[in-house]
Amino acid sequence: MIELLAQVEIRDRSADSCVGDNGFCPDWIVDNFDRYVDPLAEHVLLTVVAVAIGFAISFTLALVAYRRRWLIAPVTQVTGVLYTVPSIAAFFLLLPITGRGFTTAEIALVSYVLLIIFRNVLAGLDNVPAETKDAGRGMGLTARQLLWRVEVPLALPEIMAGLRIAATTTVGLATLAFFAGAGGLGEQIFADITFKSNVVVAGGLAIVLAAALDALILLAQRLVTPWAGAHR
Amino acid sequence: MSATLAVLGQFGDAVDFIFDERPSPAGGTDVGGLAEMWELTREHLKLAGAAMAIACAIAVPLGLWLGHIGKGGFLAINASNIGRAVPSLALIAFFVAYIGVGFANLTLALVLLAIPPILTNAYTGVRQVERDAVDAARGMGMTGAQIVRRVELPLALPLIFGGVRISAVNVVATATIAPLAGVVTLGDPIINVNTYGDEGRLAAAIVVALLAVVIEVVLGALQRAVTPRGLKLERGGGGRRPAVPVKTIPTPRREVTT
Repeated sequence: MIELLAQVEIRDRSADSCVGDNGFCPDWIVDNFDRYVDPLAEHVLLTVVAVAIGFAISFTLALVAYRRRWLIAPVTQVTGVLYTVPSIAAFFLLLPITGRGFTTAEIALVSYVLLIIFRNVLAGLDNVPAETKDAGRGMGLTARQLLWRVEVPLALPEIMAGLRIAATTTVGLATLAFFAGAGGLGEQIFADITFKSNVVVAGGLAIVLAAALDALILLAQRLVTPWAGAHR
Repeated sequence: MSATLAVLGQFGDAVDFIFDERPSPAGGTDVGGLAEMWELTREHLKLAGAAMAIACAIAVPLGLWLGHIGKGGFLAINASNIGRAVPSLALIAFFVAYIGVGFANLTLALVLLAIPPILTNAYTGVRQVERDAVDAARGMGMTGAQIVRRVELPLALPLIFGGVRISAVNVVATATIAPLAGVVTLGDPIINVNTYGDEGRLAAAIVVALLAVVIEVVLGALQRAVTPRGLKLERGGGGRRPAVPVKTIPTPRREVTT
């Protein structure tokens, strides 16, 4: 069975001279902006779900590996291979197993962010000063209390930095998710890749989305680490 | 059970496609076979190699220089943040719509994609060299150029190679969508599935995935090979016990002002 990736004609070349001559047409963009709304929503969903699931998995892995150091090498190697396999290849490798659609795209996107978040969480935990941990133990904190009240909070800047990288990267990779049949802004780019107005709007929305998520996570970081700016 | 067999069957067909020619489902020509897959791989590597060579030639000297004079840190560090935010498909679509298709245009797009990680890592690599080592080199009478070549470059090499690795894998991955810009690579069976068939598309995905992993492994080995022995000892890596115990004296690191 062969599914053709439909190359849809989204511009009426005879309509007006700007669109017909393939210029950059603000009028066309205003009139046709609604065709980008659904793909944008799909794109946001693809990204947020992938980062959330990826974070849940790799944060857990990092907490376990933080105590059992021998796990670091195998986890890094396995997630490293998942990170290296190009997502467009991953989509088609998964196709016979999970079929076309959202799930396939998510598996590939999640597998890509694991290494990024795992490494950053672990680096954050490892960078907690020994003196601080000693002080916590001296105050009678148990290992669990030490982890959640001292080590994780102090690792937050690195953890959030990992989330920012993961989010912006995923926005980029999700533009290829239409190859897995999951839509997104990439489908709009692909629909007419030679039409300037289309490429600018669809590509521009992806860039704006990446920047917005980045800013949002940075803001969240400021809110959860109020002490960070205090001694600057 | 039968579902598992069907999946295995599809992967089996894809492997067959790599080794044996067959008529195209669209009719007309034969597709697949080792000769064609090798040809596509060569074109893929030619495109990625050209982009990487140009990107290294620009980003490594620029990063070294900025790191050496300690300026432009904002640009060098944010280059990779901005680069990450621009989806590779959007970049290539922009080139197709505004600049044009073909090997030269696409190479330029991939160069833009490859520069940021190399530039950031080259800059960071030089900045994280112990200032004491640079001061010692200056005290020995080295000129600025000698310091860059004989102190900063060797000590920054592992990080520079790290950047090259990230870029190379990214460029090889992105070269898969090159057929959208009129350049035939391993992405051709993926984009033009009606010519190559489902098994051709899966075969190309397998080869692209293997290619990326091989490049990552080879560059990783090279990265370890170019790491100066002193740095390996410092990190306690390498496994061999140094003849003279090496101890790093902790020095307060000067903050990079950006």
